Amino acid sequence: MQSNAQLEYDYSVVKMFTFTTILFGIIGMLIGVILAFQLAFPELSNLFGEYGTFSRLRPIHTNGVAFGFTLSGIFATWYYVGQRTLKMSLSESPFLMKVAKLHFWLYFITILLAVVTLILGITTSKEYAELEWPLDLLVVVWWVLWGVAMFGMIGMRRERAIYVSIWYFMSSFLAVAMLYLFNNMEVPTFLWSGDAPSSIMHSISMYAGTNDALVQWWYGHNAVAFVFTTPIIAMIYYFLPKESGQPVFSYKLSVLAFWGLMFVYLWAGGHHLLYSTVPDWMQTMGSAMSVVLILPSWGSAINMLLTMKGEWQQLQTSPLIKFMIMASTFYMLSTIEGPIQAIKSVNAIAHFTDWIPGHVHDGTLGWVGFMVMASLYHMAPRIYKREIYSKSLMETQFWLQTVGIVLYFTSMWIAGITQGMMWRAYDEYGSLLYSFIDTVEVLHPYYTLRGIGGLFYLIGFFMFAFNMYKTATSGRVLDKEPANASPMAS
Amino acid sequence: MFHWLEQRPFFFAVMLFLTVAFAGFIEIVPDFAKASQPVVGKKPFTVLELAGKQVYIKDSCNACHSQLIRPFKSETDRYGMYSLSGEYAYDRPFVWGSKRTGPDLHRVGNYRTTDWHENHMMDPASVVPGSIMPKYPHMFTNIADLATAYANANTQKSVFGVPYDAKGMTKLGSWKEAKAQALEDAKKIADEMKNQTVKDEVAAGKVPEIVALIAYLNSLK
Repeated sequence: MQSNAQLEYDYSVVKMFTFTTILFGIIGMLIGVILAFQLAFPELSNLFGEYGTFSRLRPIHTNGVAFGFTLSGIFATWYYVGQRTLKMSLSESPFLMKVAKLHFWLYFITILLAVVTLILGITTSKEYAELEWPLDLLVVVWWVLWGVAMFGMIGMRRERAIYVSIWYFMSSFLAVAMLYLFNNMEVPTFLWSGDAPSSIMHSISMYAGTNDALVQWWYGHNAVAFVFTTPIIAMIYYFLPKESGQPVFSYKLSVLAFWGLMFVYLWAGGHHLLYSTVPDWMQTMGSAMSVVLILPSWGSAINMLLTMKGEWQQLQTSPLIKFMIMASTFYMLSTIEGPIQAIKSVNAIAHFTDWIPGHVHDGTLGWVGFMVMASLYHMAPRIYKREIYSKSLMETQFWLQTVGIVLYFTSMWIAGITQGMMWRAYDEYGSLLYSFIDTVEVLHPYYTLRGIGGLFYLIGFFMFAFNMYKTATSGRVLDKEPANASPMAS
Repeated sequence: MFHWLEQRPFFFAVMLFLTVAFAGFIEIVPDFAKASQPVVGKKPFTVLELAGKQVYIKDSCNACHSQLIRPFKSETDRYGMYSLSGEYAYDRPFVWGSKRTGPDLHRVGNYRTTDWHENHMMDPASVVPGSIMPKYPHMFTNIADLATAYANANTQKSVFGVPYDAKGMTKLGSWKEAKAQALEDAKKIADEMKNQTVKDEVAAGKVPEIVALIAYLNSLK
C-alpha cells in the first residue's frame, strides 16, 4: 500500500470504454425492447421494410449487448482494475498506452461496422458469431492488442502475486481467443468464384452440419462463460470488497471456484445439443457437467455473499452494494436454472421455447448488467474525481430494474413451459392436441409482459446513463480519492 | 502450488489454457470425421437452392425456425421423420436454430407448396391467422445473388470435396452453365407463382429472392 501513494493511474482509456459501455448499452437494449414488443405486436416488425424485421434486428441486439455493452464494460474495468491491482500505471509505458488506445479505436470501429453489416443482412448466421470474415479478422487484431496490453501490464507489475480478478480476466482473454478462432474458421467464397461476380463479404464455414453445430455450441455456450461470467466475476472480486471495505471471505474458496470453473465450463456446451444428431455420449457429458457446474459457480457467489458478513447494514444504506449483492444473487439463480434446463428430461420440454431467453436474461440483465453498472458507478468518483450525482436516482433505478427483470423471467418461465407442454399434448385419440399457431397465440400476454419488463430495465438504463453523465460533468469535485464507499449526493 | 502459480503469470496462463482447452479437445476430436458422412442418396444443393439458403441466412430465418427434428413422437407426428446427422453433410453453415418462435422447417418441403410460401411470405397472417411472423415483401423485389451462390457451391466442391458434378449428383459446371441452370430452375418455380413482377423478372433473366428461397424451402425434405 505504501508504494501506491505516488502512483498516478491513467484513466483515459477507462473513460473511453466507459463511454462505449453506455452508448452500446442504450443501442443494444433499445433494440431488445423493440424486439420484445414485435413478438407481442407483430405489426411493429414491418415499420422499416426489410431493415426493421425481428429477424434482421435480433443479431444486432445480441451482438450489441454482448460485444458492445458487455465487452466495453469488461475492457473499461480491465484497464481500471488491472492498473490498480498490478500497481502500475499506463502512463509509465507510452507503448502500452498506444496499444490500449489502438485497442479502443479498432474495437469501436468494429462494433460500428458490425451494426451496419448486420442491418444489411451480411451475416454468417452462427449465433454470437454472425460477423463476416473481414470483421472477424478485425476482432482478432484488437483481441491480440488487448492481450499485449494485458501481459504487458502484468509484466510491469509491482505486486508479485496476481489478484483473483486478474486470473479471471486472463481466462477470458485466453478462452475467447481459442473459441473465437476455431468457431470462425471460414472460407471466403470469392476466392473460388471462377468468373462469377460474387460478393467479397461472403464465406462458408469450415465445418459442415453436425460438426458445425458442435463447434458452434462449444463456442456459443462458452462465449457466455468467458464474456458473461468470468470477467463479471473479475469485477465483483474487486469492486465488492473495495466498495464495502470488507476482505474477500475465503482465499481457498476463490482458488477452488476458479480452477473448478475453468475445468468444468467447456464441457457444458453439449447441453445446447441434447436430442440432436451429435453423439450421445457428448450430450450426456454436457448434461452431467452442467450439473457439476453448480459447484464452482455457487462457490464464487457464496464467497461474495459471505464477504458481506457482519456488514449487511450496508445493503440498506448503499444502492451500490444493493446492485452488487443483487447481481450475485441473480448469478446464483441463473447458475441453478441453467443446470436444471440441462437435465435431459427437462430440456426436452424447455429447448426451443421462451424459457431459454428467460434464462439468458436473468443472467445478463441481473448479473451482467447490474455488475457492469455497479462497477462503472464505483469507478466514476475515482476516474472523474467527482461525487456520484444522485443517490436517490440510483435507488429508483435499482428497484425499477429489479422489477423489470422479475417480470421478464417470470413471464418467460410461464411462456416457455406452457408452450413446451402444448407442443407435446395429445388428445384421447392419440392425435396432437394443438396446432403450432395455437401455441403461439397463447403466448401473447406473456410477450407483452416481457416487453414491459424490458422497458422498465431500459428506462433504468437511461437513468444510469443520465446519472453517469451528470457525475462526470457536474458532480461535486472531490479533493481526494475515496477509500471505500463511493461518495454520492442525495 | 497455487501460490507458486499466482506469482508466475506465464505458467499460470499456460496451466489455465490447458485446463480450459482440455474439454474441447476430448469432445470435438474423436467423432469429427464420422459425423460428416452424408446419408445415402444425399445430393448437394443446387445453385438456386444455395442462393435461397443465403436469403434464409440474410434474413435470419433461423432466429425463429429450427431445422432439427428431435426423436420424440410429438415431433415426428408434427414435422416428420427425426433428423439424421448425415442429412446435414452439405450444410455449411448448419442452420439448426435454437428457438422455435415458429415451427421447425427441416422437412417443410414435404408439406408446403410454392403457392403456400408465396402467399405466406407476402403476408403470413393471410395464410395462418394469428401468425406473428413479419411480412417479407422485399423478397419479391430484391434480386437473389446467384453469383455468390455459385462461388459458394464451387468453394464446397474445390475446398471440401463436396461431390458436385459427380455421377448422379448435382451438376455445377462453369458459372455460365450454372447460371443457365439456375434460371431454368427459377422459371419452373415462377410458373407456379401468381406475382406478375416476379414472373417478369425471371423472364428477364433475374431471380427475385423469393424464388430462390422457395427453391430452398422446397428442397428441405
